[in-house]
Amino acid sequence: METTFMAINMGPQHPATHGVLRLLLELDGETIVKATPHIGYLHRGVEKLAETKTYHQALVFTDRLDYTNGLSNNLAYCLAVEKLADVEVPRRAQYIRVVLCELQRIAAHLLWLGTHALDIGAMTVLFYAFREREKVLDIIEYITGARLTPSFIRIGGVARDIDSNFVKKVKEFVKEFPSRVDEYETLLTENIIWKKRTVGVGAISKEEAISYGVTGPVLRACGVYYDVRKAHPYSSYEDFDFVVPLGKNGDVYDRYLVRMQELRQSNRIISQAIEGIPEGPYKSNDPRVVLPEKDDVQTDIASLIRQFKIATGGFRPEKAEVYASVEAPKGELGFYIVSDGSEKPFRFRIRPPSFLNLSALPRMIEGQLVADVIATIGSIDIVLGEIDR
Amino acid sequence: METLYFLIEVLIKNVVVIAVLMFFAAYLTLIERKVLARIQIRYGPNRAGPFGILQPIADGIKSFFKEEIIPENADKPLYVIAPMIVITAAISMAAVIPFGDKLVLFGREIKLVIADVDVGLLYLFAMASLGEYGVVLGGWSSGNKYGVLGSLRAAAQMISYEVSLGLAIIGVLILSGSMNLREIVNAQKEMWFIVYQPFAFILYMICAFAELNRAPFDMPEAESELACGFNIEYSSMKFALFFFAEYTHMLAVAALATTLFLGGWHGPYLPGTLWFLIKVFLIVFVFIWVRATYPRLRYDQIMKLGWKVLFPLTILNLIVTAFFVTVR
Amino acid sequence: MKEYLGILIIILLSSLVAILIVGISYFLGERKPKKVKLLPYECGMTTIGPSRRRISVKYYIFAMLFLIFDIEVLFMYPWAVITKDLKLFGFVEMFIFIVILLIGYFYVWRKGALEWE
Repeated sequence: METTFMAINMGPQHPATHGVLRLLLELDGETIVKATPHIGYLHRGVEKLAETKTYHQALVFTDRLDYTNGLSNNLAYCLAVEKLADVEVPRRAQYIRVVLCELQRIAAHLLWLGTHALDIGAMTVLFYAFREREKVLDIIEYITGARLTPSFIRIGGVARDIDSNFVKKVKEFVKEFPSRVDEYETLLTENIIWKKRTVGVGAISKEEAISYGVTGPVLRACGVYYDVRKAHPYSSYEDFDFVVPLGKNGDVYDRYLVRMQELRQSNRIISQAIEGIPEGPYKSNDPRVVLPEKDDVQTDIASLIRQFKIATGGFRPEKAEVYASVEAPKGELGFYIVSDGSEKPFRFRIRPPSFLNLSALPRMIEGQLVADVIATIGSIDIVLGEIDR
Repeated sequence: METLYFLIEVLIKNVVVIAVLMFFAAYLTLIERKVLARIQIRYGPNRAGPFGILQPIADGIKSFFKEEIIPENADKPLYVIAPMIVITAAISMAAVIPFGDKLVLFGREIKLVIADVDVGLLYLFAMASLGEYGVVLGGWSSGNKYGVLGSLRAAAQMISYEVSLGLAIIGVLILSGSMNLREIVNAQKEMWFIVYQPFAFILYMICAFAELNRAPFDMPEAESELACGFNIEYSSMKFALFFFAEYTHMLAVAALATTLFLGGWHGPYLPGTLWFLIKVFLIVFVFIWVRATYPRLRYDQIMKLGWKVLFPLTILNLIVTAFFVTVR
Repeated sequence: MKEYLGILIIILLSSLVAILIVGISYFLGERKPKKVKLLPYECGMTTIGPSRRRISVKYYIFAMLFLIFDIEVLFMYPWAVITKDLKLFGFVEMFIFIVILLIGYFYVWRKGALEWE
């Protein structure tokens, strides 16, 4: 007799698919025979939209890709455009960018930690993780004015300079944070049920991970030493002393361990960067690309003209193709921009880490149980805003 | 005449027990939310009345007025009956649990238990199994794949743990020499059975989590996997009944643990019934505490734990207990 | 025997409570059924294939195991109650019974019926 499997939709309206991912599962009892991810429920056409905007205007789209990680998205985009327009970013701005991006990484990882643990059933972790996430977001809000979509990192620098209060807040947070990570680890790392649910689940080998194009903590959990911050340092990351944590087995537990280590490493980077912020301008003074100071605009006619030119017409970079990437919390986030010499990008392409990581999901959960699907989705930390773009 | 008095007595006891039980079950939802909230550094419900004490009433009234949806795929009679079975079984479990010693009222000696029967324990297990029918039927009749999966999980999990649960308490039966719950309590006058049977108590508690479908064994409803499992299609008061039954069941299981291992109503100074309640709520607190602390086990791991670990351990506990009782 | 009256009454009363609760909500709650509203929930998508279908055989195996072992557990209850009176005789008898039970248990284990995979 022919065997028929139960086909079941998991998502788009499901509490554990982290947004609107739809998985079509074929089940034998509770064992996964086949899993097919369907995406596109959050498609907004960001890539096409960006081609109708000037380079400065397109920045706001990037906040909304991986909405847990606005600042790193800003940074990746700005790096690409700066490469295209050949703008030199002052060191102070680079350091501020590092501080903000690492803060954002902590916030993103905390969101992951809370929701991932909640998916597996440990609900208390969520509230402890959100306690610290709240502090990080408060700091980000203090300086950028927004919690979710800051658009703070601008082409050629950052939107405004930091003040001593910001430095104080960051220093306080950095001092307290390692003990908080210890708290989360007490709840989970040696928890026997946690280990039972995660060790050996959703594993993927080194070779397969590379061939799927997986990056970020998921790749590093397999033991591959690849981190954009080390491999292709950007924004002065070469100045800081930090370790790239690696896993061994590439399973859910190793991904968890890698991310927990990354929290501590990010904290280290922040403390080094905030101590060593050099004096100087907070944005480049390239008259072609960067907007002038607001005060100058109101007093100086040349600045007013420059402001008007850039804000209304944008700038025209050379005809070129550039790719720039950053190590986002989810993996390598890259922007590929083709310029035809006009003020708008000719082609605007995003390499979202979650999209490529998700492509390995069917391979990871083949032959496992329904409960493992949840654990695995949680562990690769997808954000649909970035996958569907 | 005597029969009439007896009938009245039983009726009054029944009404009082059901009322008190439903009151506690309703407030257990609030207690659970409050305790969980405190563990999770938040406040919990605090809007309806001071400290949120009107919350259960608000929830109840809201549930009554909610729209009742019966999905077109559902097996309608079973779908309606399932929550009724669950609540009936859960409340009926309270019939044999002694919540105090004796009370002299109007010259009559009243035993503080609804039905002082000799097969009390068997009755309890029978009722507990009956409640599972409701869960299984509820998931099955809603005609939803998640519901079906949930009810299958419920069926397989609960029957697996019932064997170990039944075995875990045999040690107590050996010590007390009776299946009448009043006599079991009276046998603990000198010393609680938890002292002689610590392992049995732990095993009982583990099985109790599985029987109650509570975290870390909350497979049938695992909200992150099955999006609520067996009660996925239920709405309005029918959904609330499942919830209500779960809490009533929790109270009954905690009361049974108190009766079997913690000496029931025995305790110094305070009146018996108060002692009984204190112990019951201590155990309930443990249930909530564990829920806040542990992640959920996976389904196959639960089955493995039940059959390959708990079953041999309970048998071992049983043999050792019997051996010591015999040679003494 | 009259003690069982209490059980009868509580079952009747609790059924009454259940019927009352469901009945009251039947009259109080408004109902505006719509085609889409009555569809079974499957994460917002249309259901694929029937919901009730043949179930994996694993569940049946566990059901059978439960029947066998639970009945054997039931046999132990009467024995447990009078262990103190039966003395050594009862213990040895029951020990043999349990050993036979365990043989069956380990047979089942070896056969792999306790594996979920």
